Amino acid sequence: MIRARSWQSTLFDVFNLGFLALLGLLCLLPLIHTFAVSLSSKGPSMAGLVSFWPVGFTTYNYEHLLVASQFQRSFVISLVRVLAGTALTLLVVVLTAYPLSLAEGFPGQRVFKWILIFAMLFSGGLIPWFLAIRSLGLYDTMGALVLPGVVQMFSIIIMLNFFRQLPQEMVEAAAIDGASHWNILFRIYLPLSLPCLATLGLFSAVGHWNAWFDGMVLMKRVANYPLQTYLQTVVIGRSFAEIISMVDTRELAEKLSTRSLQAAMIIVAMIPILMLYPFLQRYFLTGLTLGSVKG
Amino acid sequence: MRPVAASVSVTRFPVGPSVGVSRRSWRLRRRVPLYLMLLPALIGLALFHYYPMYGIIVAFKDYQPLIGFAESPWVGWYNFRLMFSTPDIWEILRNTVVIAVGKIIVSQVASVSFALLLNEVAVLWYRRLIQSLSYVLHFLSWVILGGILLDLLAMRGLVNNTLVNVGLPRIPFLNSPALFQPTMILTDVFKNFGYGAIIYLAALTSIDPNLYEAAAVDGANRRQLLRHITLPGIAPTIVLLAALSLGSVLNAGFEQVLVMSNPLVLSTGDIIDTYVYRVGLLGAKYGIGTAMGLLKGLVSLVLITLSYYLAERLANYRIF
Repeated sequence: MIRARSWQSTLFDVFNLGFLALLGLLCLLPLIHTFAVSLSSKGPSMAGLVSFWPVGFTTYNYEHLLVASQFQRSFVISLVRVLAGTALTLLVVVLTAYPLSLAEGFPGQRVFKWILIFAMLFSGGLIPWFLAIRSLGLYDTMGALVLPGVVQMFSIIIMLNFFRQLPQEMVEAAAIDGASHWNILFRIYLPLSLPCLATLGLFSAVGHWNAWFDGMVLMKRVANYPLQTYLQTVVIGRSFAEIISMVDTRELAEKLSTRSLQAAMIIVAMIPILMLYPFLQRYFLTGLTLGSVKG
Repeated sequence: MRPVAASVSVTRFPVGPSVGVSRRSWRLRRRVPLYLMLLPALIGLALFHYYPMYGIIVAFKDYQPLIGFAESPWVGWYNFRLMFSTPDIWEILRNTVVIAVGKIIVSQVASVSFALLLNEVAVLWYRRLIQSLSYVLHFLSWVILGGILLDLLAMRGLVNNTLVNVGLPRIPFLNSPALFQPTMILTDVFKNFGYGAIIYLAALTSIDPNLYEAAAVDGANRRQLLRHITLPGIAPTIVLLAALSLGSVLNAGFEQVLVMSNPLVLSTGDIIDTYVYRVGLLGAKYGIGTAMGLLKGLVSLVLITLSYYLAERLANYRIF
């Protein structure tokens, strides 16, 4: 189709492309700046001379993270939490969504749905939540980071809606052939819902990696902090005691700038997310639209 | 455990209900796995959602940690009276609503505008590239992005240094009570506008291309296409998201505010959640904190229910 283009239209296109390029750049610049600071040496970094290119290039800050024991410990805690939390969450999602998705129904199905929905709409608030977890004996344990979030209501609903779209004839045929519900779920439903499961798994993993408030409230010792909570104390709380414990005082005076060290920590904490990013992009569109509007 | 259960049902009831056992008991036995499947979620809900709800009684008690919340003495509405006699309470409620509603409005406008501008780009790779860049920040935690922004927006940070270089005065984004709320709203929109645009872009791609062609043949220009085809096409999505956002009128963004606020901006930066955390949890005034949280929970319950009702009425949306 040949479209006569007015000069206004072309002008708009030029401005639009330019504006969007600026917007895209704007989203990237804070990260570039942080990266540049993390690679800059103490003087320029502290004096605020670094913009988007390292000044007095050094990898000293990253080398330092290689020997910073608490940083590494927290990194590992976060990794364990991501793996355990995501695995458990997905297991519960699948197990819960299947019975709730069955069209044939069973006594208690409706009641359970409402129990689930009500928990999604209403919560007791921060303090009862904290007191409950403490009274369950989970305070200052890995369980406190993983178990309270295991029942993800929204993910269950997305999965449930996905299961419902699967052809029910298949289930009936399998049931007539003698397949139990376990078989139907794990041999028929599950292989068909891998993309959906991958989406929910990625979201859960990102959520666990990024969570920090629960670690701050539920962990007593810094030694048990997940990475983001540890970053909170060092970068946001500027806990001087924590920074001092990381470094030699003489080093701090000579070449280490706390600002560049913090930037390096931020960059390292971002790496897992950036690694997952291509997958996130591929899957989250499905994830977003799956659970939402149904015709 | 799984193969065992499978073999049991296969060997005992090889051809369904007709062999030996009554149809009724076959169905009952066949249902047992369904209840077992729901068991983990039921336990999780009981321990981490309903047990804390029981803990709400702390709001009506003089909670003493040593004897636990069941045994602590009842004090009736004392905690609520105490809460409403706090001089700052109205300020806190106002801050919460202003920040939350500001975010809802600005982010909707930003996401729709961004989606529409992106939709006008004909070059596919360019469009994808910009879109990818636009939501990268969404996936970073507020500790990371907050840490970066605190550094960038500080009085001696990159943004202010740039302002000085072009001859403008420094702006106290984070330390001035008057600017703190706009800073919260804009940085939140900055983090999330690209992600919010995804759903609009999905709605845009589902508009029938024949409509555009037919209109173009009839001589419609770009502005007319936007006005008469594109906007009506995404209007249901806009209405839906507006309805759903009603549920977050009391969510000003706890993590963001906790990370980015400081004592200088307490008068405009203290929201319900930070108050509950600071006074209730850190200050160990569990009674007041629980009362405040309960109030927020109840109002949110009403708002969310209303928002789902509206979403169903206006946009035919159902979560189940």
